[in-house]
Amino acid sequence: MGKTLFQKVWDRHAVGQLLDGSTQLFIGTHLIHEVTSPQAFGMLRDLGLKVAFPQRTFATVDHIVPTDQRVEPFQDTLADAMIKELRKNCADFSITFFDIPSGKQGIVHIVGPEQGITQPGTTIACGDSHTSTHGAFGAVAFGIGTSQVRDVLATQTMALSPLKVRRIEVRGKLGPGVYAKDIILHVIRTLGVNGGTGFAYEYAGPTIEGLSIEERMTICNMSIEGGARAGYVNPDEKTFAYLRGRPYCPKGKDWDAAIIEWKKVASDPDAKYDDVKVFDAAEIRPTVTWGINPGQAIFIDEAIPEPEKLPAADRASAKEALEHMKFKAGQRLSGQPIQVAFFGSCTNARVSDFVEASKFLKGRKVAAGVRAIAVPGSQGVTKVCQEMGIDRIFKEAGFDWREAGCSMCLGMNPDQLVGDEICASSSNRNFKGRQGSPTGRTILMSPVMVAAAAVTGKVSDARQVFA
Amino acid sequence: MSLAPIKKVTGRAVPVEGDDIDTDRIIPARYMRCVTFDGLGEHLFRDVRFTPEGKSKNHPIDQPKHKGATVLVSGMNFGCGSSREHAPQAIVRAGFKAVIAGNFAEIFFGNSTTLGLPCVAAQPPDLQALSKLVSEKPETEVEIDLEKLRVKAGPLAFSVTMKPIAQQGLLSGRYDAIADLLANLPKVKDLAPSIPGPTVP
Repeated sequence: MGKTLFQKVWDRHAVGQLLDGSTQLFIGTHLIHEVTSPQAFGMLRDLGLKVAFPQRTFATVDHIVPTDQRVEPFQDTLADAMIKELRKNCADFSITFFDIPSGKQGIVHIVGPEQGITQPGTTIACGDSHTSTHGAFGAVAFGIGTSQVRDVLATQTMALSPLKVRRIEVRGKLGPGVYAKDIILHVIRTLGVNGGTGFAYEYAGPTIEGLSIEERMTICNMSIEGGARAGYVNPDEKTFAYLRGRPYCPKGKDWDAAIIEWKKVASDPDAKYDDVKVFDAAEIRPTVTWGINPGQAIFIDEAIPEPEKLPAADRASAKEALEHMKFKAGQRLSGQPIQVAFFGSCTNARVSDFVEASKFLKGRKVAAGVRAIAVPGSQGVTKVCQEMGIDRIFKEAGFDWREAGCSMCLGMNPDQLVGDEICASSSNRNFKGRQGSPTGRTILMSPVMVAAAAVTGKVSDARQVFA
Repeated sequence: MSLAPIKKVTGRAVPVEGDDIDTDRIIPARYMRCVTFDGLGEHLFRDVRFTPEGKSKNHPIDQPKHKGATVLVSGMNFGCGSSREHAPQAIVRAGFKAVIAGNFAEIFFGNSTTLGLPCVAAQPPDLQALSKLVSEKPETEVEIDLEKLRVKAGPLAFSVTMKPIAQQGLLSGRYDAIADLLANLPKVKDLAPSIPGPTVP
């Protein structure tokens, strides 16, 4: 019987079984940022412990950095204390820090792949639930809490129970104007926001194989939004081509040896899965959320469902969502005015996202009254966009072009919604209060749909706007 | 670093109704601008408890009848969203000792267990009955027996579930893995050269 990638990686990294029955798992690569690591370093100091393998931990700063002006000290004294604390911790414990002056700073899940730190067949952990993003390279990547950040710093291992593996197989051709973001929103909507509990999702099938690495990152990124602790795609030639020559990847003969290893790590054709779900890509249309969790989504040409017609377990949440969003059952979102367009986040702020949207934004203008911000996921993304002239297209269209960070995905920095503003957002969570205002309203969608909403001033079907 | 086993939690309870109570609801991100977990307790459920101007919305947690409650009762998929340990830290620092809900998001569950905050899952009808009971009779003592996985509260008695590994960890005082992980450090160091990772340029 063959094995899945998950099983192979798990077996290779298992140190042994702990007394409570969980597995002690070696974490090959550890990523940290300023929000969930300072307390872990504090615990380490309290216990008098060292970082066991400092060369396996990498840091950057993303959640709290302002994206408009970066002069330190930051106006927000709390944010300023956080970046200084991270700087000190990295210096004290000899950890590589992709700090702002390095030119390599950005959202941790964009920086890792960009630097070639994210590699197939590895285990990766980070105190951030969107760590699943790294699964796009065939890594097994876990979002962890701060106590586990402490565990990984102190021992490069953590206690974990194995996950089941569900193969999410996507077949068929995506229609024009339908993107990776629509696939994952559709999967979450279909399987539910807690449908993945206990599972790692293996995204596979011809449609997934046909996606670029950056599109695969968008899909793996939102695994957690479907309740799955991890999500991955088997590595292939596209993966290797993406990684070749990146700073932290092997070079020369070591590169050739790595490719041989990486090919072996993919799931075997006769691997046994705990569950399989098949989706037809041709059925997926541009998808938007109407509620307060990412599973509350519809195709752009569908109406918001009647709570009474939903499964009993979903009704209360649907009613609560309609109340918060001030939407009505039966309403279509197409035509719904927006006040803010947010183009960014670890879900969709990579070069290919900006390139794709720029094709449509060229020669168009952001609608009057819409605050549109474009936030590259890393300084690396910024640089490439500048070289390609992409930033100019966004600026000429009327987008505020910012510096790299998490920005408006979550209200930890100055980029926030005000009052009950509606935001067309390329991010990953539409929870109440997520974008900084307790009454703010988030509509999740693909980056091209954000561009369409920005130029029309309302939620729109990008296929029509950009026809 | 052995911890005291947690076999039983007893205390009055407060109902926080609703499904999919996410981590942003438990502790809004703007209160995570900090370098320690101190003081997080006061911001627990900030936006559902207070208006943006800071006025109390008379949330059950702030109702005098539930003052001093140590058991949180909620709905399905509790703790979904972020991996932020700030969420269970806020719950613990607000004085809670256990959560009873329909089920739990995985990372939240693990983070809570590590902090010694037992999270037990109950059937929806039992949850509803418990919420109603503690709302009407807030003085009711709720007892969670982690060995038997039973909850008793006034006239109510029902079974709950918990992952066996978490249950074992709490009962044996091994819910925080650090000591066991450190004990194996020599073995980890032996294994390290064979474990793939980034190549230093």
